[in-house]
Amino acid sequence: MEGHWYDAEAGPLVRPYAMTGGRTRPGPHGARFDLIALVVVDRSGTDTADEALLGPEHRALLGLCRAQTQSVAELAADADLPVGVVRVLLGDLLEGGHVKVSRPVPPARLPDERILREVIEGLRAL
Amino acid sequence: MGLQDDGPGPDAGADAESAPLALKILVAGGFGAGKTTLVGSVSEIRPLRTEELLSQAGELVDDTGGVGRKTTTTVAMDFGRITIRAGLSLYLFGTPGQDRFWFLWDELSQGALGAVVLADTRRLEDCFPAVDYFEHRRIPFVVAVNCFTGARRYGADEVARALDLEQGTPVVLCDARDKDSGKEVLVRLVEYAGRVHTARLLESVGPPTGPH
Repeated sequence: MEGHWYDAEAGPLVRPYAMTGGRTRPGPHGARFDLIALVVVDRSGTDTADEALLGPEHRALLGLCRAQTQSVAELAADADLPVGVVRVLLGDLLEGGHVKVSRPVPPARLPDERILREVIEGLRAL
Repeated sequence: MGLQDDGPGPDAGADAESAPLALKILVAGGFGAGKTTLVGSVSEIRPLRTEELLSQAGELVDDTGGVGRKTTTTVAMDFGRITIRAGLSLYLFGTPGQDRFWFLWDELSQGALGAVVLADTRRLEDCFPAVDYFEHRRIPFVVAVNCFTGARRYGADEVARALDLEQGTPVVLCDARDKDSGKEVLVRLVEYAGRVHTARLLESVGPPTGPH
């Protein structure tokens, strides 16, 4: 019997940016989400009818966020999608009012001393 | 602070205080220096992997130019998470090793609390690029010497001299496989980042001389 005509070397069978309709950048808001931007489901903004119109990848991301607050990096790892693709899809979800993104871009300054002390104490207590 | 008004206004910055906060720390160093091991030993989750497609940043990467065969190159980054408390978590990112992926470092280091540069004393030169990178960008970092079994032991000061580190940059001897040792490295980094931050604040608010 012949083997498969493709193997892992052929790359993904669906080119990743096909899921975004060829877009490589998020929509009008245009923010390039930080890897640690946190994504939460916007419970006020969504209804199930809206959601039915979303593609499977969009719904998969929403499902992951619904379970718990997720960083962009975690979403990409859990959904097994490249980060660039996840950024575009999240842009759609944000525009559609399905999610909220906290601190979408990295802050210019370090958190204050109180937070740093909390981090140190938290690490020691691990 | 008073009661939280969960108003409908699209007021993006208003709830910044109560919004969950995530901080990132970079883990850099040469190939095989123990980056993923360190991330794994302190992370509460199994290290995850994200992939970035090179085609997306194609203009930044010229290596693939002129390559005849179509390739889908991905760069993988391993990362882990530590939850300090509800609403405050720490993410550790192992930086991709090869120089040509430095555009990813630029993104990762934006807003980063600081970095850990893992050093292997058998190949100390492997961590020179990382040391240079963080020094030039004034990103606080500590050098963590991963004490591999069988490698000759060096003192922290010997390593600091060999790497020609700026005065004050901490050097910590560690075992990347050991959770407590990894924690200690992170504690030293956060303490140091706090000191650097405070020093810069003082510098910016109180110029001792000169017209204003």
